Amino acid sequence: MHNQDQALIFESSTPGRIGYSLPEMDVPELDLSSLLPEGYLRSEEPELPEVSELDIMRHYTALSRRNHGVDSGFYPLGSCTMKYNPKINENVARFNGFAHVHPLQDESSVQGALELLYDLQQHLIEITGMDEVTLQPAAGAHGEWTGLMMIRAYHEANGDLKRTKVIVPDSAHGTNPASATVAGLETITVKSNEFGLVDLDDLKRVVGEDTAALMLTNPNTLGLFEENIVEMAEIVHAAGGKLYYDGANLNAVLSKARPGDMGFDVVHLNLHKTFTGPHGGGGPGSGPVGVKADLIPYLPKPVITKRGEEFVFDYDRPQSIGRVKPYYGNFGINVRAYTYIRSMGPDGLKAVTEYAVLNANYMMRRLAEYYDLPFDKHCKHEFVLSGRRQKKLGVRTLDIAKRLLDFGYHPPTIYFPLNVEECIMIEPTETESKETLDSFIDIMIQIAKEAEENPEIVQEAPHTTVVGRMDEATAARKPILKYQKA
Amino acid sequence: MKHRYLPMTEEDKKAMLETIGVNSVDQLFSDIPEKVRFKGEYNIKAAKSETTLMKELFQMASRNADLKTNASFLGAGVYDHYMPVIVDHVISRSEFYTAYTPYQPEISQGELQAIFEFQTMICELTGMDVANSSMYDGGTALAEAAMLSAGHTKRKKIIVSGAVHPESREVLKTYAKGQYLEVIEVPVNDGITDTQALKGLANEEIAAVIVQYPNFFGRIEPLKELEEIVHANKSLFVVSSNPLSLGVLTPPGKFGADIVIGDAQPFGIPTAFGGPHCGYFAVTTKLMRKVPGRLVGQTTDDQGRRGFVLTLQAREQHIRRDKATSNICSNQALNALAASVAMTALGKKGVREMAAANLQKAHYAKTVFKEAGFQVVYEGHSFNEFVLKLNKPVKEINQALLQKGIIGGYDLGRDYPELANHMLVAVTEQRTKEEIDTLVKEVGDLHA
Repeated sequence: MHNQDQALIFESSTPGRIGYSLPEMDVPELDLSSLLPEGYLRSEEPELPEVSELDIMRHYTALSRRNHGVDSGFYPLGSCTMKYNPKINENVARFNGFAHVHPLQDESSVQGALELLYDLQQHLIEITGMDEVTLQPAAGAHGEWTGLMMIRAYHEANGDLKRTKVIVPDSAHGTNPASATVAGLETITVKSNEFGLVDLDDLKRVVGEDTAALMLTNPNTLGLFEENIVEMAEIVHAAGGKLYYDGANLNAVLSKARPGDMGFDVVHLNLHKTFTGPHGGGGPGSGPVGVKADLIPYLPKPVITKRGEEFVFDYDRPQSIGRVKPYYGNFGINVRAYTYIRSMGPDGLKAVTEYAVLNANYMMRRLAEYYDLPFDKHCKHEFVLSGRRQKKLGVRTLDIAKRLLDFGYHPPTIYFPLNVEECIMIEPTETESKETLDSFIDIMIQIAKEAEENPEIVQEAPHTTVVGRMDEATAARKPILKYQKA
Repeated sequence: MKHRYLPMTEEDKKAMLETIGVNSVDQLFSDIPEKVRFKGEYNIKAAKSETTLMKELFQMASRNADLKTNASFLGAGVYDHYMPVIVDHVISRSEFYTAYTPYQPEISQGELQAIFEFQTMICELTGMDVANSSMYDGGTALAEAAMLSAGHTKRKKIIVSGAVHPESREVLKTYAKGQYLEVIEVPVNDGITDTQALKGLANEEIAAVIVQYPNFFGRIEPLKELEEIVHANKSLFVVSSNPLSLGVLTPPGKFGADIVIGDAQPFGIPTAFGGPHCGYFAVTTKLMRKVPGRLVGQTTDDQGRRGFVLTLQAREQHIRRDKATSNICSNQALNALAASVAMTALGKKGVREMAAANLQKAHYAKTVFKEAGFQVVYEGHSFNEFVLKLNKPVKEINQALLQKGIIGGYDLGRDYPELANHMLVAVTEQRTKEEIDTLVKEVGDLHA
């Protein structure tokens, strides 16, 4: 062990210490072996730690200090929408009537929860311009798969069994093709043109009688609005396919353009992005799916609806694709998103997008002098730079990202999308002040200068973090995936 | 428009527009075709102040019967358990909950180490070699186990026990449609998987056999006998398990399970009307490189210091794209953290003590019901749930119980027509003797 290593909780364990206080045992206790079948009473204890309460708190507090969140500092991670996570959301989600309600209670005893979900659906219907919304999917990828399963069910119900291909742009996130595969569909790629947008001629070439759907993020992963969306919708619809909207970048178009109006038939949202989930270090998220009228019969069941003054679950959905998750989705995240929408209102949500886009364009213009700008036009909520100029000096985009750590910033998304060399993808979000943006820009400019004058300092970064660059090759070649006592 | 989450002033905006070289923010949206441009504002509810909104939502929450105000005997996969108060203090640290996936290990060591510890604890409880960083929930983890099995064995049929959680079976069937897998249900006999029927169904076309331990009725499945039948045909043995029960039960790993999945909700995660909870996924070393989702591994940095990274990413969707065998690209990190804190607080002794308390209190309740003249169906051992036969609809009884501050058990007739008027009663360590006695008395009065 290195003297700077952070102890694992197992290494802090001492037999005889406890950190719990269980309710009193107020019923007669029987011998455990009499309560279980022979051979089923556990003989070896699990090696869980034995630590007092204060030492547990110190352990996790130490871990938290080795972690960077939005509250720690600027987090311009492209495509992830790392905006402020309002604290009221956390308070509301912890109300007893939301946090401590059982999913299988009688409907009559959870009318408040059902009203919240129903009203959230109504708000999301208006925001997306769709006809109905399900809140069941647990995350964006789960929503993608749910949406594609519905599209497949729709085509199959029409006897259109040959529609098995999903068209995905080359700039798409890896989940799009993976979700298609898991939904039993095949992926074909459509090329981007020199402006970073879907090449209409290539789309016309790949679309056909076997097209199930076109999956699209708009604005796309380069932060550019697909200006030809109307033509694209016509092409796909004329061929009998459906249009799928990946809502990863919805923060760019709130009150500016609705997926439903653009011609999309299915949309998933990432409530942990645009609607302040929060991200939680990798989850839980929530990935509701909205659909146009002709896909409503295929929604996962149950569907939450209103009968008279009462909110109910509708299980009588013969054409439903079935359940995609036990119970009704990630309710706790849906409560947070609902609280956020109600805190912002219509004018607030409009301002969100306007500032998100203003901030991104401002940063893009100020950085364009120091880094290559592959697509020189107004961006939406995010933009991509290329580090190819710095690469010629021996400084890779990875090095630039690591150097940013020395200044307390989370780096932008790097090497994605795949169709931009040495890609740096920056999304500032609307909740950052001009001072924060300016400080970050200044550091990016400084790093560009360092790449010219003192590349080693960038190549060897980070210098100030609790650990340096990790040996990831060994981690994968000889995996150590759990603690084992020495 | 002024809002506490939006810091830009009019002066800021003016200076920024000047730098960009446009006159108005609207110009930045000129690439949206006129035809699809949304004019005006959404027709949604107006913004409310912090105070007013808190009040409104508090009232909305108060219209739900909650488990803090009422004594709950409802389980069926989601349980009211002891939550050490420190859990919420830890997960409220915003360094954890406002972080993204730990893709930059140098500034994410806290999250990565917490997940590494979570993986270790899940391995310890289940008796398995490798556990991932978590899944959405127990139901989707079960479906992913079926997909892994089909991919690994190159077989297209899955057998699932009728004593597996009904909603998990529904989720499995939806995923199976996606992958063109056939799902075959093996019937239940006397509250456990019918081993004779399984023998009849098992053959070399079966990718996996999935059972639940303890099963949906709270019964202890005979894993030893089941394992022999499953492995005789080189199918994978998948066990869905409540991890708390493994404080007292011999872990599935000991019985030769290939994949153990379930939900860590019993460890420090609120019921939250069904989610978010925390699926877990554990396998033998043989299947390590086929596990869905994220894995955290230990390594060292350039100075030899121990650290942790996301590893074996070649399995995952962002690398494999359409060749990926799972599309999951998140985990339930914050809930896995909550579960880790709870498992740490309980520790080696507490997890057994808490599991034993469930066993003892449920047994006590079962005994008192029997003494009061009720029929507890399925004689024999169970964990913290058992099935009670009633003479009227469960819904009716539950509505009356709620008036007395009791949330009654699950209505089994919803999923098993032959079990109409049968209630699945859950008794956790949270229930007091007094509450149990009151339940028996009240159900008795309603039963008369």
